[in-house]
Amino acid sequence: MELGLEVDDSRPPYTVLSITGEVDVYSAPRLREKLVELVSQGHRQIVADLEKVDFLDSTGLGVLVGGLKRLRSHDGDLTLVCTQARILKVFEITGLTTVFRVSDSVDEATQA
Amino acid sequence: MDRSLELSVPSRTEYIAVVRLVVSSLASARRAIAEERIDDLKLAVSELCTNAIEANLSTGDKHPVVVTCWEAPERFAVCITDSGTGFDPDLLPQHPPVTDPDRLNFERGLGIPLVRSLVDDLRFESTPTGTSVWLILFGGPSSEGEDETSEIIRVVMTEEGPADRQTSA
Repeated sequence: MELGLEVDDSRPPYTVLSITGEVDVYSAPRLREKLVELVSQGHRQIVADLEKVDFLDSTGLGVLVGGLKRLRSHDGDLTLVCTQARILKVFEITGLTTVFRVSDSVDEATQA
Repeated sequence: MDRSLELSVPSRTEYIAVVRLVVSSLASARRAIAEERIDDLKLAVSELCTNAIEANLSTGDKHPVVVTCWEAPERFAVCITDSGTGFDPDLLPQHPPVTDPDRLNFERGLGIPLVRSLVDDLRFESTPTGTSVWLILFGGPSSEGEDETSEIIRVVMTEEGPADRQTSA
């Protein structure tokens, strides 16, 4: 399924990036470009909504790690929204659930 | 084990989605492994196919990646072969622990450790002219809830070794 990226900046200071479809080595560069673009535009509190992601592999994981690193170097943060067991499993196996803040919903992630 | 499917995949990353769809659909239709492990298979195949395609691309190789599936009652195996320059899986760089701030400097190299944790058996045969990686999933629940049947199959497979599976090709 084609990767979809949708930005919602109606909840300042948060910027919600809704990701749909499959994130793998083919599609991940687009996600990386979008994160880089958002940071360069001054967005610092990004919420990546993974609820409609059908598939995420280690390349996608690496892009999110890179985004987190980039944001933290600008005193920002990258929060994930995910309740799907099959996606969370990838983060749990690699131990990255302790690196990212993971929320159950966009509402929870964007609460001040 | 009987070979059930062989795919010759162009070394282009857009084909990886097709490979994981075909392989996972086959495993699901054959009911060779538990349904809850189909996602594990899909992810593992995708990771290894990514590595294989990148290995071919790194050498400018025009050969396809070959993905072969074997099936038997309560087990499903996949072999992914590239024509790259090979590597030593024991020499893969170790990532710092997640509590180390340097951990965020590692965006790559997550694939093989991930695959190791997803499948029941993983074997590498790497030479300077190519690498074949075997993954095997056994039937029944994941290893934490492994039943006696799966353990018996595991023992039999260990005794047979990879050579047996190759001769069935």
